[in-house]
Amino acid sequence: MNKIKTIIRKEWAEVFKNRMVIFTVAFLPLLLTALPLGIIFATRDASSRTGEALDSQLPSEMTQSMCPEGVNSAECFQIFMVSQFMMMFMIVPVAIPVTIAAYSIVGEKTTRSLEPLLATPITTIELLVGKCLAAVIPAVLATYAAFGLFALGSWLLVANKMLLSALLDARWLIAIFIVGPLLALMSVAFALMVSSRVSDPRVAEQVSMVIIVPVLVGLFGQMAGLFVLNKQVISSVAVVMLALDALLVYLATRVFQRESILTRWK
Amino acid sequence: MIHTENLTKRFKDILAVDGLSLDVAEGEVFGFLGPNGAGKTTTVRMLACLIGPTGGAATVNGFVVGKQDTDIRRNVGVLTETPGMYDNLSAEYNLRIFAELYEVKDVTGQVEKYLKMLGLWERRFDTAGTFSKGMKQKLAIARALLHEPRILFLDEPTAGLDPEAARLVRDFIAELKKEGRTIFLCTHNLDEADRLCDRIGVFKTHMLVVDTPANLRRTMFGRKVVFHLREAGEGSAGVLRTMPFVREVKVVENKLLVTVDDPETHNPEIIRALVNSGAEVQFVGELRHSLEDVYLQLVKNV
Repeated sequence: MNKIKTIIRKEWAEVFKNRMVIFTVAFLPLLLTALPLGIIFATRDASSRTGEALDSQLPSEMTQSMCPEGVNSAECFQIFMVSQFMMMFMIVPVAIPVTIAAYSIVGEKTTRSLEPLLATPITTIELLVGKCLAAVIPAVLATYAAFGLFALGSWLLVANKMLLSALLDARWLIAIFIVGPLLALMSVAFALMVSSRVSDPRVAEQVSMVIIVPVLVGLFGQMAGLFVLNKQVISSVAVVMLALDALLVYLATRVFQRESILTRWK
Repeated sequence: MIHTENLTKRFKDILAVDGLSLDVAEGEVFGFLGPNGAGKTTTVRMLACLIGPTGGAATVNGFVVGKQDTDIRRNVGVLTETPGMYDNLSAEYNLRIFAELYEVKDVTGQVEKYLKMLGLWERRFDTAGTFSKGMKQKLAIARALLHEPRILFLDEPTAGLDPEAARLVRDFIAELKKEGRTIFLCTHNLDEADRLCDRIGVFKTHMLVVDTPANLRRTMFGRKVVFHLREAGEGSAGVLRTMPFVREVKVVENKLLVTVDDPETHNPEIIRALVNSGAEVQFVGELRHSLEDVYLQLVKNV
């Protein structure tokens, strides 16, 4: 356990000296928090202006599953608009670990520091867990912080507390607190696998970013109205992610072979 | 301390190490010489449990390679071919990380000890990236010693260093030798190997020869003694050629170049014979072949 802590501290000490990483970790969550808050702010008086006109534009499935009783159609439209951003929040736990892992794992290649590290009595599992956690923890914390800011902003901006409770319902909580960490783990496991297989750190970083594609597909699919992210869908995604993570972590530990990494990384 | 038996490593179609059998005793400095691509680093990596052998067996400090790898890593220090420091972190933090990973009890004390010993204490808060190559190499040596291993694998410790830095590193290795540590030294620097090593193995995929530097010279080239005379000629050479222990005599200007097996025993007789024949001996010296001559002769013949 102590060695895992050492690896995490080392990774953070090194990775967070890179301004690009700090920018990514800080900027992305802030941007994805400001956008939905801006939407809420811009549409806070929509009820008085648009009234019933919005009612016919909302998908009936959405109004039934998302909007509780007592929420008028304009407020329901606010919920709909903001719910579009849930998938954008899911980009945070995927993108941040890839950025960190690219420096944390593949960066060892450029500094040629992996060999002395592997010469210590650290086990492969300890090393992998340390590196995984070093990338996952900041991503999860950044996601939580972004969500916290979003919740606080919503509370300050929305007078109707029923609307607020609808915005911060189980869908969001499952997405942020369960799917988010699972996405982060998936991202790191994938980056680990890629890093173990390629010899060029730039290629590793670029290929690892492919992991964002499924999230973007989900985002655009939702915006195009192909599906509605209700509680059942999010819960199903969480279960699938759990299974996928187990598979990816297993594969990452199989692929991360000391010998192949030392002899491949010329 | 280090024992290998038919140790072999194959990478697909490439045979990197072919049946290496070797014993290195406790406290010995063993020089492992060979051209680039000979398999020296692969051997060190196998013995330090960084990669696994594909054949044969090895024990390091009594632990079996491939079965007790973590125990071996805990008991050996490895200086890798490149220092591989974390350039964004301070020298002190670089060492602290490794002290913790090596489970050192007094992390602060050991880090301080080696930073001071290698003259890096004043620069301890500077990032490793600002260090010169020599300083990085010293830092890497400190890193390999933090857990006080009795066995050290040093892979090209002076490669690419300027003469002053190389000398500092060599002097430090000599100090480690005095402490009785077992040192497995991979090097291209033959003068360094000659000065530091008790025994030398010349390696090119398989071991070509293992012996002390002095024995290698003797075996490969015999021992030559130069007799400077006031006037050297075939007369004096003829006198020596009649002596049974003299293997060869050459006349070069006013010198006689004499090959004998045991100069310490036979030189007095040779001098006596020369003086009795009327020659005036001005001085006598041994013509030393360098280890480089031995090495090149061996590698050339493979």
